[in-house]
Amino acid sequence: MLLTITMKGKNTQDLGYLLHKNPYRPQCFELNFGKAYVFYTEISDNRTTAALLLDINPIDLARGKQGSRDGGLFDYVNDRPYVASSFMSSAIAKVFSTAMSGKCTKRQELADTPLDLEAVVHMLPIRGEESLVYEIFEPLGYEVSTEKSVLDEKFPEWGESCYIDLTIKGRVRVCELLNHLYTLIPVMDKQKHYYISEDEIDKLIKHGEGWLNSHPAKNKIIRRYFDMRKSYANRLINRLPDDESASEELMSENEETTGNANDTNKKIPLNTLRLEAVKNAVLNSGAESVIDIGCGECKLTSMLLPEKQIKNITAADVCVRVLERAKERLNYDRMLPYRKNKLTLMQASLLYRDKRFRGFDAACVIEVIEHIDIQRIPALEKVLFEYAVPHTVILTTPNKEYNVNYAAMENGELRHTDHRFEWTREEFKIWCEQVCEKFGYSVEISNIGDVDEKYGSPTQMGVFTKCE
Amino acid sequence: MRIEIPEFALVAMIGATSSGKTTFANKYFLPTEVLSSDFFRAMISDDENDQSVSSEAFDLLYYAANKRLGLMKTTVIDATNLQESARKQVIELAHEQNVHSVAIVLNLPESEILKRNAANPKKNYPERVIRKHCSDLRRSIKHLKREGFRFIYVLDSQEDIDNVEIVRTGLWNNRKDEHGPFDIIGDVHGCYDELVMLLEKSGYIRNEQGVFFHPDGRKAAFLGDLCDRGPKNTDVLRLVMDMTDAGNAIAVPGNHDIKLLKYLNGKKVQLTHGREKTIEQLEAEGSEFKERVRKFIDNMVSHYVLDDGKLVIAHAGINEKLIGRGSSRVRNFCLYGDITGEKDESGLPVRLNWAADYRGKATVIYGHVPRAEVQALNNTYCIDTGCVFGGKLTAFRYPERETVSVSALKQYYEPPVPLKENNEDIGDMLMLGDVGGKMYINTSLIPTIAVEENNSAAALEVMSRYAADPHWLIYLPPTMSPCKTSGLDGYLEHPLEAFEYYRSMGIQNVVCEKKHMGSRAVMVLCKTAESAKKNFGVTDGSRGIIYTRTGRHFFNDYGVEEQVLVRLDKVLTKSGFWNDFETDWVCLDTELMPWSEKAQELLSHQYAPVGRAGRNALSAAVEALETANMITVETSEVSPHTSGQNFSIPELLDRFSERKDALEKYVDAYREYCWKVNDVNDLKIAPFHILATKNNVFSDRSHTWHMETIKKYCTDIDPIFIATDYICVDVFDQSSIDRGVNRWLELTSSGGEGMVVKPEIFTSKHNNEIIQPAVKCRGREYLRIIYGPEYLMSENLKRLKRRSLTRKRSLALKEFALGMEALERFVRHEPLYRVHECVFGVLAFESEPVDPRL
Repeated sequence: MLLTITMKGKNTQDLGYLLHKNPYRPQCFELNFGKAYVFYTEISDNRTTAALLLDINPIDLARGKQGSRDGGLFDYVNDRPYVASSFMSSAIAKVFSTAMSGKCTKRQELADTPLDLEAVVHMLPIRGEESLVYEIFEPLGYEVSTEKSVLDEKFPEWGESCYIDLTIKGRVRVCELLNHLYTLIPVMDKQKHYYISEDEIDKLIKHGEGWLNSHPAKNKIIRRYFDMRKSYANRLINRLPDDESASEELMSENEETTGNANDTNKKIPLNTLRLEAVKNAVLNSGAESVIDIGCGECKLTSMLLPEKQIKNITAADVCVRVLERAKERLNYDRMLPYRKNKLTLMQASLLYRDKRFRGFDAACVIEVIEHIDIQRIPALEKVLFEYAVPHTVILTTPNKEYNVNYAAMENGELRHTDHRFEWTREEFKIWCEQVCEKFGYSVEISNIGDVDEKYGSPTQMGVFTKCE
Repeated sequence: MRIEIPEFALVAMIGATSSGKTTFANKYFLPTEVLSSDFFRAMISDDENDQSVSSEAFDLLYYAANKRLGLMKTTVIDATNLQESARKQVIELAHEQNVHSVAIVLNLPESEILKRNAANPKKNYPERVIRKHCSDLRRSIKHLKREGFRFIYVLDSQEDIDNVEIVRTGLWNNRKDEHGPFDIIGDVHGCYDELVMLLEKSGYIRNEQGVFFHPDGRKAAFLGDLCDRGPKNTDVLRLVMDMTDAGNAIAVPGNHDIKLLKYLNGKKVQLTHGREKTIEQLEAEGSEFKERVRKFIDNMVSHYVLDDGKLVIAHAGINEKLIGRGSSRVRNFCLYGDITGEKDESGLPVRLNWAADYRGKATVIYGHVPRAEVQALNNTYCIDTGCVFGGKLTAFRYPERETVSVSALKQYYEPPVPLKENNEDIGDMLMLGDVGGKMYINTSLIPTIAVEENNSAAALEVMSRYAADPHWLIYLPPTMSPCKTSGLDGYLEHPLEAFEYYRSMGIQNVVCEKKHMGSRAVMVLCKTAESAKKNFGVTDGSRGIIYTRTGRHFFNDYGVEEQVLVRLDKVLTKSGFWNDFETDWVCLDTELMPWSEKAQELLSHQYAPVGRAGRNALSAAVEALETANMITVETSEVSPHTSGQNFSIPELLDRFSERKDALEKYVDAYREYCWKVNDVNDLKIAPFHILATKNNVFSDRSHTWHMETIKKYCTDIDPIFIATDYICVDVFDQSSIDRGVNRWLELTSSGGEGMVVKPEIFTSKHNNEIIQPAVKCRGREYLRIIYGPEYLMSENLKRLKRRSLTRKRSLALKEFALGMEALERFVRHEPLYRVHECVFGVLAFESEPVDPRL
């Protein structure tokens, strides 16, 4: 909502020229999403401060613009009107566009000179660790200071808020400061109020000119800038000239890995290992028809589809949206007849017995069971082992003991917020044996991922075979 | 000629071209009953004589025939049917659908056919074709019986054809016009003494001839297996035959009876399974009696459909698809159940649990598999309680749906395996199809509620991922609409609109209840784990649950849930609720506070951050504007096309100060509903509906009754359970209305959520349609946390007042009807899938996109 820029030194009133905003004439600008005001809070020879204040109407955000037919994207109770976000970046680009380009007809020399500048960004949401602010702004030559605040002083137990007031001071050109702020505010906040299109790649190249490529946290900046759009981030990194940091695998930051944290050059994601192991188990079982229950985006299914041994495969998930994404991923609508006939996609639930689950040689239930409330597990057992009765059931789930190897996880924390439980090796074994006893299966349990001597592997897999 | 065909049959017309099959069929059957090959040829090729599409046309014809027979509709196949291969298709379909097949043959002289063919320019087949048809027909007639047609009628002349009378006869099993009441008696197996005791216990007495009858005209219905294993087989047979002959009883055969028939028909049977005793006793009775028994069993019908199709009796049960049909498959199912033909470890036949899949509307009463207790599942009841094995003999009273039993005087026969307790696995697992896809749910408040496929898909996900054990979910609360948007300045909602709504619906008295700002919590509590098992089929040892409006466990920590339930039990015990309501379970609708207990996520990710960011940013902005306000500014004219226009700092300062003030009030508003919970003692629970107990759904009581009853039985004992403030308002009386408005102002001025206005009676109607069971009027300050901290700024309020309630209200009604229906079905002991369908429907409607702020 509020950004101030202060120039210190001599003849600081020249800031007015540099920003193309007369210090004595407060100005108001119409933006797509509200209004921006520029005014000065301090005007003197040795210190002049300009303020950019946004007035964003929360109802516009929630409902779309007055008179427009578009629905809004935001909740009525929303921090967007108050924080420094991509709205602020857009306002900077609109209000200070000439200054950002580095042009200043009246004081070009001054515009080309690094000056003593200070910017205060109020209520900057930092999604992630606070040290990131330092990691990102310090290499650009700024002295950084931050002020945190608690979520609600009346309820100290709720902890700190994710907002900081950020002050950066440095000797930089005005256009540099503005470009840094323009680019890096959304990097901190991660959310964008507009649809991220491919233009954004060019935008980042333009505004990052001269500093982004040599920034030590370049990849992190790019990744966060595009946030959900990993493919754009990868494309941009490929377009930028190579340097030593660029080889870092972009996607792996938040994913589970095999756990061997020291072995940086060869981390096979755990998920890949897991799917490989499951695929092998399916093939080894001799199965020709397979059902993948809880298929998600069909990663396993797409690995099994090209296998000649598999004659038909059904991918089932309880979530319709996920199935739709899977269809897209698999290019389902454009599949040739042979492959299309081989594959069935359907919504189904492991807690309702379902005729369509019957008649398969093998059923895969990969990283699913831990998403189901423990009291509902008996229903799952019946649906799977009593009604569906596939010859082979391949089931994987995390090994809770292994979590000690994940540094970022707090004690007792589970790997995913939706996990209802995670089993130790012993707990998993007991459950497997109990299922075998009840439904006439035998089981073989194995490890997936690096094996920690004391705590086992990150994933455990049970391969159940129906007793004849 | 009189042609008798069963009321439900598959009829094949057989005859050469031009023999008048179509004319005949159209004369004696409904147009929709007749499926003609010509018609289907024309349907796909525009030419009814195009023989090249015959194969596809017959595909279509048989597809349609199959669908019709599936719905038990008599179907006539109007085609030549001259080839054995063509007729085979008819017979196979009849077998598949368990329907009697009828052949009607039009066997006209060849000369007549040739004449007709020549006269019809549209057909005009070559003569050799006609001759071939006629010879095929002549050769076919004698094979029809062997091919499997049950009824065969051959008409040899046009005169015969013209003088036909078709009579549709009822199926043997159709006793729909018998309405009982019945006493349905399970497997007797020669336990004569117990049978007599049971009949006497059920009110039957003997007439002068010693034949039992019921003075109130009740009928006994025997489920078969009258003999073998027990002590007095012939006595039982005589008693049952006497009662049946006198019209006081009906009986279906059991597998033992059929075996006995085999013996009586002179076939060899093994003298095992207690049969030796029966045969010995029979032989002692002499041949007349034997013949009577033979005829009696021979005339028995596999099953009976009674009471307008609402009741079915069969020895070993029957699945929905076979009810009312006749075939050897139907007979075998009724005698032996759904057996796989395999044997288990103890040598007993492996039986599939057909009752677990049974979804029929008719109640099925059966026996055959002895268990310690009557087993009820999905509207089927197995009442063989193993009398001959030392168990008891049971009668199921219909329509009362009660059971009466007599214990066996002794164990007459060693059971092959000990009698099973029925509750180890009652198999009431839900299946896809019970829910999912497009659904139509019938409720007592709204006759048919349609649930769209996308909504049921969403509900399937929510149910599967989050909901608690469906056995507990006997109700989900409906959404509640706010009152109409207020026309008063500075108010979005105001109780006057709520009063006006009910007045327009012809309701005089409303009850205004304080709206607690907490989270909805439905509480189900049973007196004991045993009653939870008995009433809810919950077998994990728990005896209650607290769940959210979406059916999820309210507390992630089950220990907390248990503590609250224990305290509720103490309260209800101490207040005498269990005794006064003669129940061992209760379902309460409550509000659980603080809001922060359930909404912590929302608070720390949305509400509090907005408050923090808003207060800080606006303070900084106000401060900056105040500083700027001290600098003298120039006011130079600017062109209206310049991007930077002039503005007034003092005006902007005012605006931002007002916004800052709004944020402070917003934070005050949400803080009101938060407090720190260290343990259960810090919770507050306000019950507001007593939804149901053992034999009651309390939707017919007034809300005053609910409020007062709750006050009496639930409060003042344990401080965590609190009463709800309420007042009654007469919406036709101005002073009463004023009191209502004043109460609302009192409740809301300090940030209270507001009040809920309800018609005095829970389910009220206007012009025979249900009206909103409640509308909410939320407080001015409270609404900041719904519509945003700054919603009251006049520019914002003006826009917010444009909102539509239509969709919300329609959802509120449907969800209400479904919730009540779920409770009613549960209290009526309907199967799980019937209750689940309703709560599933509520969840489905919750996925409907509707403004979440309403």
